Amino acid sequence: MSDAKSLFDKLWERHVVVEETADAPAVLYIDLHLIHEVTSPQAFSVLNERGLKVRRPDRTIATLDHSTPTLPANANGELAYATPEAKRQVETLIANCKQHDVELFGLGDPRRGIVHVIGPELGLTQPGKTIVCGDSHTSTHGAFGALAFGIGTTEVGHVLATQCVLQRKPKSMRVIFDGALAPGVSAKDMALAMIAEIGADGGRGYAMEFAGEAVSALSMEGRMTLCNMSIEAGARVGMVAPDETTFEWMKGRDFAPQGDEWDDALADWRSLPTEEGAAFDKEIRIDAGAIRPMITYGVSPDAAAPVSANAPRPQTDAQQHAADYMKFEIGRPFSDAPVDRVFIGSCTNSRLSDLREAATIMRGRKVKNGVITLVVPGSEAVKRAAEAEKLHEVFLAAGAEWREPGCSMCIAMNGDAGAPGELVVSTSNRNFIGRQGKGVRTVLASPATAAASAIEGRITDPRPYLGSMKESA
Amino acid sequence: MSFDSFNILKSRTVVLRQENIDTDQIISARFLTTTLKEGLGQSVFYDWRYDEGGRPKNSSAFNGYNPDTHKILVAGANFGCGSSREHAPWALKSFGFEAVISSDIADIFKSNSLKNGLLAIEVDPKTHASLLNTPGAEITIDLERQIVAVSDWEKAHFDIEPFARQCLMNGVDQLGALMSHLPEIEAFEVKRP
Repeated sequence: MSDAKSLFDKLWERHVVVEETADAPAVLYIDLHLIHEVTSPQAFSVLNERGLKVRRPDRTIATLDHSTPTLPANANGELAYATPEAKRQVETLIANCKQHDVELFGLGDPRRGIVHVIGPELGLTQPGKTIVCGDSHTSTHGAFGALAFGIGTTEVGHVLATQCVLQRKPKSMRVIFDGALAPGVSAKDMALAMIAEIGADGGRGYAMEFAGEAVSALSMEGRMTLCNMSIEAGARVGMVAPDETTFEWMKGRDFAPQGDEWDDALADWRSLPTEEGAAFDKEIRIDAGAIRPMITYGVSPDAAAPVSANAPRPQTDAQQHAADYMKFEIGRPFSDAPVDRVFIGSCTNSRLSDLREAATIMRGRKVKNGVITLVVPGSEAVKRAAEAEKLHEVFLAAGAEWREPGCSMCIAMNGDAGAPGELVVSTSNRNFIGRQGKGVRTVLASPATAAASAIEGRITDPRPYLGSMKESA
Repeated sequence: MSFDSFNILKSRTVVLRQENIDTDQIISARFLTTTLKEGLGQSVFYDWRYDEGGRPKNSSAFNGYNPDTHKILVAGANFGCGSSREHAPWALKSFGFEAVISSDIADIFKSNSLKNGLLAIEVDPKTHASLLNTPGAEITIDLERQIVAVSDWEKAHFDIEPFARQCLMNGVDQLGALMSHLPEIEAFEVKRP
């Protein structure tokens, strides 16, 4: 056995306060706890019932994203909440943060946004940190070489009270993407191809590390998209070793180390990557060069296929059930299906690079008549940056809507939702039945595919729009 | 907070055969604006149980469900995948379920369930198939011995994280145990600020 350690091993070891035993899990220290309005109120209630304080408010950051409207306030400054309960939930987080001295990037704050967008963008997310949030897409932060995973509300309470969680060390899996991506293929396509390959539970019980040439070549935004989707393969943790791309991205961010501290941090971060010969419980290899633009056609993220494919014949009861719901004509190209709505946003694909990708396709073109298209930036900062580049004008000129930052139609609990029966091409992460509204049929795709589909009014391969279509695709 | 201690549960099953039942199915996001744990039971599997007009569906597996006699949910593989919402086990528990059995259960859902007195366990494929094929059967779960008895002659062992098992059997939550480590946590923070 080699002594070589993986990135995951190193991060785990660094944060163990009490080692796990046969009888009890490890006590694992958490460097950064991100909270939002949906999964925190009951945790604060437990604290209040027991007379406990937030142990480390300085390691806790709150934002509002899930229940917040994406339409601007009216002339009286009132926001159009979906329900009075949604408003109350937002007010509850504001009150809890005030009571417990937790910093909240609330409504009107230029730092507000989707929790998994703002952590990295502010430099709160850093290599080597442990990061948790009551949200399964916390895996996103692993893109920086952090150990980040979603927790339940009881555990949110545990972290608020002790800055620790009780965890057993998961098994480790390495997913290696060999070769280079073809033009017009993005991190979202890699994620969907990977999930199709290993299944929606293929990563269950594992911490995943993504590696290989195609991963190293990804931008930080692309790595975030990939790590974000690891939970859709069942893995709570997805991570990428930090490298020059990471450091370049980190430098100068609000909460990133400065001056001498930056040099110390950099030296430390360089020691984190997985060493040659480190053991993984499981390893899979994927030929990145063979990946084409992908969509999902079922009701689980592993039902994914190339955009250019035909709807497959169901082989199992589950597939039949999904096919009955999605209503693609069996044996016919997915591109036959008319699209009713397009959503570009979510913690998976709402960053500046995602909006640029969509704008490249929508520039000078019109959204197909009748296709409602929502573009929802991931944060106030993304919104400002996009507007500085006039991307919003591209979307508005194309006939799309340009909204305020938030989770919006990904989880559809703020009032942004599709109508029953609609086919929605979405850059979000889950195609579950009813996720985007009762009876809504969700097709997951990259921002490029979503934008091209909005223009054509049917599911569309984006590559001809990007000048990168291959003959044999 | 604590809950009733869990030892032996003898009850009938409700069977949902589908694989990959995600937490959005268990409790839709439109019910997540609550700031309470209580009262979610009425919304559990809402779109599976009720039609557009809010009338009970004839085809629902929950027809004839009686919370006094049907406390065990048996479901297809990869149950509880997707969102980390703890509202899912809260809703199942408040609806009347005390245990969930599948061939495999998503990590976060399982962790959340065990922290709320909802026993989420995984059994071998043969036992799972047998349970899926006998909806409404009366079965016994013995947590101390870690055995599911489908009948007198069909019994299967199940694994469960020992600490979670102990907490369930004692009816105590895990925060107390974690708080008892505060001295070590403080020492850790001093050593590694």
